[in-house]
Amino acid sequence: MSLSFAIFTALCAIGILALIFGLVLGYAAVKFKVQGDPLVEQIDEILPQTQCGQCGYPGCKPYAEAIANGDDINKCPPGGEATIKKLADLMGVEAKSLDEAHGTEDVKKVAFIRENECIGCTKCIQACPVDAILGAAKQMHTVIADECTGCDLCVAPCPVDCIDMVPVPPSTATWRWDIDKSIPIKQVN
Amino acid sequence: MENNFDDIVKKLDKNELWDFHGGVFPAEQKELSNQTPIAQLPLSKYLYVAVKQHIGIEGQLIVCEGQVVLKGEPLTKSSNPFAVPVHAPSSGKIISIGEHVSAHPSGLPELTITIETDQKDKWLPLKPMVDYQKQSKMDVIAAICNAGVNGMGGAGFPTHIKIGTTKPVEFLIINGVECEPYITSDDRLMREHAWQIRQGIDILCHLLTPKCVVIAIENNKPEAIEAMEVACKENSTYQVVTIPTKYPAGGEKQLIQVLTNREVPAKGLPIDVGVLMHNVGTCFAVSDAIFSGKPLVQRVVTVTGGAAKTPGNFWAPIGTPVSHLFDEANYNSKAQEATQAIMGGPMMGFSITDENVPVVKTTNCILLPDAKESQTRKEQACIRCGACADVCPANLLPQQLFWHAKGKELDKAQDYNLFDCIECGACAYVCPSDIPLVHYYRVAKSEIKIEQEERVKADKARERFEKRAARLISEQKARDEKHRLAAEARKQAMSDNGNNAKDKIAAALARAKAKKLDSANVTIENKSSMAAETEMNDVPESKTVTPASSNERVQAAIARAKAKKEAAKQALASTTLTKDESNAETKEKESFPKGKNIERSSDEAADAKEISEKKAIDKEAKIAAAIAKTKAKKQAQRIGQDLQATQVNDSPVEEVEDIEAQQLTLKKQRVAAAVAKAKAKKQAKQQIIESSESKEIKPTSKSVTPEQSENTHSESQALALKKHRIAAAVAKAKAKKALKDASQNTEDDKS
Repeated sequence: MSLSFAIFTALCAIGILALIFGLVLGYAAVKFKVQGDPLVEQIDEILPQTQCGQCGYPGCKPYAEAIANGDDINKCPPGGEATIKKLADLMGVEAKSLDEAHGTEDVKKVAFIRENECIGCTKCIQACPVDAILGAAKQMHTVIADECTGCDLCVAPCPVDCIDMVPVPPSTATWRWDIDKSIPIKQVN
Repeated sequence: MENNFDDIVKKLDKNELWDFHGGVFPAEQKELSNQTPIAQLPLSKYLYVAVKQHIGIEGQLIVCEGQVVLKGEPLTKSSNPFAVPVHAPSSGKIISIGEHVSAHPSGLPELTITIETDQKDKWLPLKPMVDYQKQSKMDVIAAICNAGVNGMGGAGFPTHIKIGTTKPVEFLIINGVECEPYITSDDRLMREHAWQIRQGIDILCHLLTPKCVVIAIENNKPEAIEAMEVACKENSTYQVVTIPTKYPAGGEKQLIQVLTNREVPAKGLPIDVGVLMHNVGTCFAVSDAIFSGKPLVQRVVTVTGGAAKTPGNFWAPIGTPVSHLFDEANYNSKAQEATQAIMGGPMMGFSITDENVPVVKTTNCILLPDAKESQTRKEQACIRCGACADVCPANLLPQQLFWHAKGKELDKAQDYNLFDCIECGACAYVCPSDIPLVHYYRVAKSEIKIEQEERVKADKARERFEKRAARLISEQKARDEKHRLAAEARKQAMSDNGNNAKDKIAAALARAKAKKLDSANVTIENKSSMAAETEMNDVPESKTVTPASSNERVQAAIARAKAKKEAAKQALASTTLTKDESNAETKEKESFPKGKNIERSSDEAADAKEISEKKAIDKEAKIAAAIAKTKAKKQAQRIGQDLQATQVNDSPVEEVEDIEAQQLTLKKQRVAAAVAKAKAKKQAKQQIIESSESKEIKPTSKSVTPEQSENTHSESQALALKKHRIAAAVAKAKAKKALKDASQNTEDDKS
């Protein structure tokens, strides 16, 4: 009698507990549901957002999705080794060297339209993935340098080849200290 | 609480101070340059005024090349709270506005206004604001801003932002510590211009109403302390505090800690702990700006070091190239192993790369060390001695920062509060391995900053990319929707048209049938009287008209049917038909082809009906039908008129219409036609009653029969129907044969 009662109470207790936890889990699953793939978002954060398509995908987000689905992490030339390293850390894989098939790491550039040669065809405007080119049909176009990601996509469509990719000149704001040019602080005493 | 206001004031009264962690005691070397009064530097020929000389945003240019400016004339204006204007340091002509080597460690060119001085040094009419206490605070702050005053101590923070604070200020600290070795510009300024500095403090007090004003001076400048005490005697609330000499006691955070024991939070500002600090040089500039209306166009620069034969302090106009200062201090480059000039002090300064680097508002010292002072030793491996951590005034772990900075582990470096490093250089000073630690931190800091900027840019790019993608999708949707609507509208229109067309066809058919019934008799008469007609009228035209008049509607059907047949049977039949139908000349033939024609027509009329019912009329058929219709119409008109003509004879309209045709034969034709019709009518009546067995009539009667059955209005000959149908079937078969024959005949005719 007492044994069966004990078994009964134990089963009841465990059953009730299971029910409670089930409800809690079910509630949590609804309440804290994560929209989208957080991994894709994290990868997308790391990618340089040039939207150049050199990786073979139509933008950084699609490449992020591809990486999340197991694609190689070394297809982003604008990001270079630094991006590969970060991606490797995030994905827990080994950092590879940049896949040369997708291009090589280059200095940062921005597009520049030689405005007196522009015929106002709007082809570059359509090609720009970040709407960084300003202009209208039969009007001169110009690049908003601050918004240009240097993706190179506007160069090919230009029928008069008036777009140059100009390296961004270093300024005092973007200058990195040079260790070798350091002054011997201590020695002056 | 230990560091509340009253306790602090009490302690300050007793001259009891706190201390900050670490610090170093480098050789002061101040006596090199603080022995002589500040000398006025002769004007250099060219002045290079950098547009941006402070932390913040550059002002807006308001001058152009070639413009002659007076001393103190503004060159830029402040259009942003963080912009500070610059002024012409002397009178002269602006010879260029362009890039010039900057007073920055990188030496990269920056936008600079180059003035060729006229050596007259003529001031712009000045507008002093002596009654500043009666002016609104905003006006005073604006005057200070417009005078181009920014912090003269080191970083160059815009003064008007600092003094425009709305937070309560407990302590206003005037920083006269000048802790870095060699530099004596503030020392000399306090000694010589203590009164003016005090005036500047007065103005700041008026604007900020602090509870307590502390003027802090290191104890290695007794003359300056004395001068300031004398100047501040009048005002008991100004307290000159002597602090022990220790580097970097002059650092803002360190001095606050020494005086108040308060710590400025990381990423915070002194105002967060109720403290505001200004350099003595800034106070002097504020005083100048308000009491004499002079903008900040010159500053005291110490030129010192073993390689300077006559070191000292100089009033240097802003924009003076350092080479001019070298000359003034008799720079002896032979005393150096390699040319080296340092802007700033030995601890925090940077090597200048070009002797045309201009003096800017934050330049307090040009150091020209000799070979003894500057001994380059090679960096060695870190021995983890921890000396750097002992001396760090910011309580950081320089060794850890060094590892992470060197290993480019920027995240970890930030975890060790890299950005709390004030770059004082104390750690590098004590390092037994001669590691330029501060430079590693600077590199890491700039890399982190660039990375952050890039991240901001990337976020912007991502946002723009996503917005663009969304826009493209919505545009595509809009376009698709538009196309869909247009397609629907077209479909609607098409189906409407189709219905219309169907209706029209049906109507036309109904009309044609009605007309046929009307003219059926005539047709029959025609057929029977054809031989007679041909005999009577040698002119082919008459034939054409007459049979056409009888067959006109049938011919429309023929045309349609013909198209179908053409598609199916190809050329032979079609050529015949075309000829039969459209060319009057081909109808020069005798009654046989006519009869055949009629047979065929009756035959094909049935086909045509089917087709029209199926609505499978192709283009050719439509065109042909249209041609046929117009012809039929014309002919109908003619016939109608002909009928009239039999009664009334000619009418002018008729003639006009018939001009196109052969006018000469017209009258004859009409007469003949009228006669023929009359005959035909009579005969038709007889023949219908008899239901004649003749070849010619059978098909015609057949062609009538189905129409009769369909059109209930017409007189029904129910009894004759079956017979007619049988006869029609027979006639069809015959007609087909005849058609073949006819086509061959017509070809023969042609050939």
